[in-house]
Amino acid sequence: MSKPEKFFDENGLRLDGRRVDEIRPMKIEVGVLSRADGSCYLEWGNNKVLAGVFGPRELHPRRMQRPDTAIVRYRYNMAAFSVEDRIRPGPNRRSTEISKVSREAFEPVILTHLYPSAVIDVFTEVLQADAGTRTAAINAATIALADAGIPMKGLVSACAVGKVDGKLVLDLGKDEDNYGDADLPVAMTQDGDVTLIQMDGNLTQDEFKEAMELVKVGCKQILDIQREALKSKFDQFDTEEIEEETVVEAPKSEVEIDETVEVETEVVVTEEEEVVETEEEEVVDTEEEEVVDTEEVEEEVTADDENDEEPDKNTDDEDVEEGETNE
Amino acid sequence: MSEVMSKLKKDYVYNLMLKGQREDGRAFDEMRAITVETNVIDKAEGSAKVQYGDTQVLVGVKLQLGTPFPDSPDVGVIITSLELNPIASPTFESGPPRENAIEMARVTDRGIRESGAIDLTKLCITKGEKVWMIFIDVHVLNDGGNILDAASLGAIAALMTAKVPAERNGVGEDFMIPVREMPVGISVVDIGGELIVDPGRNEEAVCDTKISITSNQDGSICAMQKSGEGALSEKQVLKAVTLACEKAAKVRENYLLKI
Repeated sequence: MSKPEKFFDENGLRLDGRRVDEIRPMKIEVGVLSRADGSCYLEWGNNKVLAGVFGPRELHPRRMQRPDTAIVRYRYNMAAFSVEDRIRPGPNRRSTEISKVSREAFEPVILTHLYPSAVIDVFTEVLQADAGTRTAAINAATIALADAGIPMKGLVSACAVGKVDGKLVLDLGKDEDNYGDADLPVAMTQDGDVTLIQMDGNLTQDEFKEAMELVKVGCKQILDIQREALKSKFDQFDTEEIEEETVVEAPKSEVEIDETVEVETEVVVTEEEEVVETEEEEVVDTEEEEVVDTEEVEEEVTADDENDEEPDKNTDDEDVEEGETNE
Repeated sequence: MSEVMSKLKKDYVYNLMLKGQREDGRAFDEMRAITVETNVIDKAEGSAKVQYGDTQVLVGVKLQLGTPFPDSPDVGVIITSLELNPIASPTFESGPPRENAIEMARVTDRGIRESGAIDLTKLCITKGEKVWMIFIDVHVLNDGGNILDAASLGAIAALMTAKVPAERNGVGEDFMIPVREMPVGISVVDIGGELIVDPGRNEEAVCDTKISITSNQDGSICAMQKSGEGALSEKQVLKAVTLACEKAAKVRENYLLKI
């Protein structure tokens, strides 16, 4: 791979045909792992990421327990075969750093005080990497956390913005990441609070402001996709519930046909049914509140003008370097 | 074996066995539903996602140029690693592989290596200097029991779809990895004297002994491993071998020959 001659065609479209403010197509599947308490498989462009959440569960070793709150652990891990040149499996300095900042992207939203002495484990596995894996992993992790029923103030969405050929673009592709001038991954809550921000490359202050505006648009789009994915899971439960109701109704109609049966019994049946119905509805309601309900949220975003320089421009190359220095 | 389990659950699985039943309603010699999907990772030279019931394993094959071992200067190198990722089970922990994972990696490796599945002489470029190194990385995604069989099926499936990236490395034209055998590993567990194939998670946890047998197309055995603290009678071993070869042939026919 070498640097492309130009990053935009005559119509201003990018190498893969996207507009500057367009993210790559994202596909989300909820609840894909049976052993995890919550899980999510996410494809974003050519990235393939899997997230699994375990907990809240007891934390070992015990000395790490905090009596007043749960702790969050986050693991970002790349599969050895996820990139062009195989990387040595296991943690390296890059993944350790990403794990840390990603954890810190979630700590502000997870209601950890509800589970003293416990741990909430978030594991993300990058199965195929193609620029923007940390943001992809965060997007998947949010869904997995929601799927696990972990109480959160809201969903977290992450997206990168960057600069190529002096132009700001949303959601960098591989070549744009490798040969671009700047990379600015951002994670924000649905209220617009920034929970992760990193940057490398070069941006002027004006460009940075513009970049934050752009990334807000990206995160909003992703949030919509995330909500849809979660909703579709709960819609599924809704239809299942309807089916159950019809099953419950079946004996009732039999009772009705049998006209000799006293009215009393029929009343009892319907009463029971109603009780069941309301109970079920309540359950669904609370679940929706927990996970999806925080929808009526203003779209205002407070752009924290932080400039967190993190030099990891070329992920591939750095991986190789890390592998070598580690050994 | 691998997981701590309550005595009640253990009794439950055991009592079912006495009645000739299994937790998920299978017969003792019945495998779970298997799916094999190949070429799932574009960045890998070969890849396969295998599911055995709930168990999910992703295998990626990567190739790199390297130097051969001094005692075998004219053949390529196979390196297999298997990681029990913490994402796959609440009982797996991060960190370097422990004995369980190392054992599984080695058993998977043995199946591929000992069967002669890959013609390693074709992977030599310059004798004593430059050969292809095949990295088989098994990524365990969900532990529903019997990871080993899924890993071994995934490994051979991924190899069968792997292309040697010679062009990219400037050493001639790309070619498929020369695969000439299709080893399939089948695990059998002993629960109270009964042999059960393709153990689910609880069955695997309850059993004292597991024996994994990898066999070739002609029904010959190329690798075997007994693990667990129990013992098997000779009769049981023989029965396990017959059973495993029989099942392996079916798995091969249904999943590998179609690739």
